Amino acid sequence: MARKPAAAKQTSQDSETAAAATPNVSADELKQYYRDMLLIRRFEEKAGQLYGMGLIGGFCHLYIGQEAVVVGLEAAAEDGDKRVTSYRDHGHMLACGMEARGVMAELTGREGGYSKGKGGSMHMFSREKHFYGGHGIVAAQVPLGAGLAFADKYLGNDRVTFTYFGDGAANQGQVYETYNMAELWDLPVIFVIENNQYAMGTSVKRSTKSTSFFGRGEAFGIPGEQVDGMDVLAVKAAGEKAVAHCRAGKGPYILEVMTYRYRGHSMSDPAKYRTREEVQKMRDERDAIEHVRELLLQGSHATEDELKAIDKEIKDIVNDSAEFAKDSPEPALDELWTDIYAEALPQGSAEDHADA
Amino acid sequence: MATEILMPALSPTMEEGTLAKWLKKEGDEVKSGDIIAEIETDKATMEFEAVDEGILGKILIDEGTEGVKVNTPIAVMVEEGESADDIETKSPESEPSAEKGEGENSKDETGEKPKAEAKAPDVPKPDRSPDWPADAKLKSMTVREALREAMEEEMDRDETVFLMGEEVGEYQGAYKISQGLLDKFGSRRVVDTPISEYGFAGIGTGAALAGLRPIVEFMTFNFAMQAIDHIINSAAKTLYMSGGQMGCPIVFRGPNGAAARVGAQHSQDYSAWYSQIPGLRVVIPYTASDAKGLLKTAIRDPNPVIFLENEILYGRSFDVPDMEDFTIPFGKARIAREGSDVTIVSFGIGMSHALEAADKLAEDGIDAEVIDLRTLRPMDTATVIESVKKTNRCVTVEEGWPVASIGSYISSVLMQEAFDWLDAPVITCTGKDVPMPYAANLEKLALITPAEVVEAVKKVTYK
Repeated sequence: MARKPAAAKQTSQDSETAAAATPNVSADELKQYYRDMLLIRRFEEKAGQLYGMGLIGGFCHLYIGQEAVVVGLEAAAEDGDKRVTSYRDHGHMLACGMEARGVMAELTGREGGYSKGKGGSMHMFSREKHFYGGHGIVAAQVPLGAGLAFADKYLGNDRVTFTYFGDGAANQGQVYETYNMAELWDLPVIFVIENNQYAMGTSVKRSTKSTSFFGRGEAFGIPGEQVDGMDVLAVKAAGEKAVAHCRAGKGPYILEVMTYRYRGHSMSDPAKYRTREEVQKMRDERDAIEHVRELLLQGSHATEDELKAIDKEIKDIVNDSAEFAKDSPEPALDELWTDIYAEALPQGSAEDHADA
Repeated sequence: MATEILMPALSPTMEEGTLAKWLKKEGDEVKSGDIIAEIETDKATMEFEAVDEGILGKILIDEGTEGVKVNTPIAVMVEEGESADDIETKSPESEPSAEKGEGENSKDETGEKPKAEAKAPDVPKPDRSPDWPADAKLKSMTVREALREAMEEEMDRDETVFLMGEEVGEYQGAYKISQGLLDKFGSRRVVDTPISEYGFAGIGTGAALAGLRPIVEFMTFNFAMQAIDHIINSAAKTLYMSGGQMGCPIVFRGPNGAAARVGAQHSQDYSAWYSQIPGLRVVIPYTASDAKGLLKTAIRDPNPVIFLENEILYGRSFDVPDMEDFTIPFGKARIAREGSDVTIVSFGIGMSHALEAADKLAEDGIDAEVIDLRTLRPMDTATVIESVKKTNRCVTVEEGWPVASIGSYISSVLMQEAFDWLDAPVITCTGKDVPMPYAANLEKLALITPAEVVEAVKKVTYK
């Protein structure tokens, strides 16, 4: 199958090399990526279904098509690394190990959700998994991510923060204020621009003249590169390079990951800004999950039966999460008045760092 | 196993739609992701994708049907070898939505409605304990020195406390509040920022979410408007949105309100703005002892705190207790002057007008009680109510604008909690409802004055 990068034009030398270096991954790792990406896809399909049934309300932004971005980068992360993203966040949470049950129950606004039903699709967090949200204001997570990295640098550890945002957010002013300070202070933050080519209904070409987002760090002294985001191994390789740069104390790094969202911006997107054929072509020719599936089968790393077993396992997890999300009770009424002010800091917070 | 396909909700507000077109017909094989129908909502025509694989066994709602309620079965999917006729479904003619619709309605009717008991905690009893022990030694100190000392003590006490902002380090502070801190603590903990309010407020908030205790200095709060999204959306709301997981212990501080002759964009009181936000603490000290005690409390508080200072007050001196660790709790108003004829409620620089007015009123034989709120969120309304129950009259004094002011809130609280004790309507003395003019005479006219407070008190006391 002919494989072209999601955005046909530029792919950096490095990511081409990384994509070619496919064998540098074990069969188990490859299976794990397949499994992780499939979990996100099936989870999102189920979420779309529950939305259609009216069990999920408000905004719901699905990640279908972009799975390789977050799975590839999580493969480059270590324990204690942090991540923060926008409102299209379900995939990021599943990829960093948060439970499907807790995410789905938050979508249905139930007590068993990660935010006890008070956050919703766009606002979930996990201190345990170092997942810092889930932010609904486009690009607000960018300085927040730099702030997380600021804390790690201040505390003198070598953790890095993955700060995800889209091509739409890349035109917000606060991104460039953040680039400047992140480089000025050598903050260990990886700015991951998930370029899915549409900011809601506006294509990159209609919103910006200079479309190479990875190069926008140059003015601030931040290195960047473009990566094929439909190839999980290319993403992982680029992620490892960026992580090494940050952990070595060299400051921030920009990865522009070329990807594609199959579904609408949110559930209520009539998708009239692109053709059905464009989406179908991407699905047929560039699907990230299909790609790994082929690698597994062609390399004899897995049998059809093994993959079927993974499919079933994922289906069971997703169905279980949906059942949990339906059965979990709505939050108690007195939850309306809790969590407005903290009495004491939660575990793992400043008090613990005081001796650091 | 056969499954029903239900009319989907395709937007947050959709309740019904038109089944515009079937793109698959009975007997067609359907794969996950295939478009099976087009559905018109009030906003747009949307493509409806299949979630599961199977065969479209039976279409229950014909294309062109309008007003199809969400969750009405519109088709049946079957597996290979199954027939749609084997399945019991309600025929579309017999109003497919009726049963589900009624079911939902009846559930709503019998379902629990939010009860009145789910309400905000009651107002506590006023705390009238003294701020410091009677035998404490006092020293005279400016508000500027008090603020600096509070930061220094807290930075000594807790390694995670750091200061960031424009000119806080090498310049020694635009208003010299951070004088000497860079020399003592170094550039790791006293961080000069570029002029990027939105960006550094966000970075500070991120650092607080990660467990540090940033003090973010705005050169003035006028510039914090560029950062207000992070203050409100990122700092104030995250604890709630995370179900209590993500605390944000951060202090945003700097001068607020009018200075002198700096024009409309540099002269604004943000008290009422921030006081509206659940999740924020809002502190606005008048004296040096309050500046010190409250800033120390603010830095230790596990929540985002807006700490509103005033340039004109920076150089004023007050007695401050010379104690090892002096703090003042939030939500405890100070009775700055006891009296029996009228209650004057103020905060921040408004207190200087209130106290000056009280002195003048005393000359006319009117004995005013003056309350300094000190913190606006939480607000010690209990102390105000108790005072009004004694004096039966109230005047509020603030520099901010009149519409939706702190005074209008206090006045509504008194209407609800002390209506029977009021002998006159509450008068809210505020700045004039205009952008701040530059001309000296007009600026003077725009600001609240002690004379206006005196006049208001005479009105409510019918003198």
